[in-house]
Amino acid sequence: MAKAAASKTAPAASPSVERRPALAGRSTAATGVKVEVLPSAERISLRAPEASVAALSKALGVTLPKKPKTSASKGKRTALWLGPDEWLVIDEAGNDPLADCAGVAALHSAVGISHRNIAIAVTGAGAAATINAGCPQDLSLDAFPVGAASRTILGKAEIVVLRTAVDAFRVECWRSFSDYVFTFLSEGSRDAAV
Amino acid sequence: MLLIRCPYCEEERPELEFRNAGEAHIARSVNIAGETDDDFEKFFFIRSNPKGIIYERWRHMHGCARFFNAVRDTVTDKFVMTYKAGEPKPSKLPGVAK
Repeated sequence: MAKAAASKTAPAASPSVERRPALAGRSTAATGVKVEVLPSAERISLRAPEASVAALSKALGVTLPKKPKTSASKGKRTALWLGPDEWLVIDEAGNDPLADCAGVAALHSAVGISHRNIAIAVTGAGAAATINAGCPQDLSLDAFPVGAASRTILGKAEIVVLRTAVDAFRVECWRSFSDYVFTFLSEGSRDAAV
Repeated sequence: MLLIRCPYCEEERPELEFRNAGEAHIARSVNIAGETDDDFEKFFFIRSNPKGIIYERWRHMHGCARFFNAVRDTVTDKFVMTYKAGEPKPSKLPGVAK
């Protein structure tokens, strides 16, 4: 046995380090609505007390919003208010915000969640109606203007919604929920298109 | 669908984002190991379960994720008011005859 095993020690294939994002490249379109999975981005979940906000804003290069349901962005980096001491920072340019926070001495907790989340873009005239197929929040422009962001619920899954334009939303969900969320939004887009 | 005002988000949000978390203003003894069994039972198990106004803890689970307190009428299921966790019981309730 040992001999046979030894003779079979062909060079083992190097372990794959290829990243396979969930749902990569999937998209669906209905009349007036397009649902598509966005390219991967860097993200952190940031929690910090009031006293650390200024130092963190400086390090991240984007002012952390303090008003509920708002976001702030600079260049390709966006900070979303999730709670009174909680933010979601998304960087679409590939610059890891976690590294920027590492040098901050002020008390904070930054956790890299780049691979935990999947972002789905919902665009078109029926975008709000599509999300409202499973999200009970008021997404009219009065209540949810451009730049508004909120953690909420879609069907049975938790999502974070960011309004990037009048008729465009960025929906962030957990990777393991992404299939459910994408399918839900696809179904919603068909209803919204009617 | 009920709309519940979250004192941290400062607006009314749909009930699906919230979770009930039991009765509010139940203080845990600072010397829990020294509690008698009867006192511990009262603290741990016995709830007021009134007909009418009840003070409850709620959590904005799928929102800001914060716990807060709410005053609700168990007969009509209407929320009278909500206030932040840690704040004292409101002495006056809006729209409630006492």
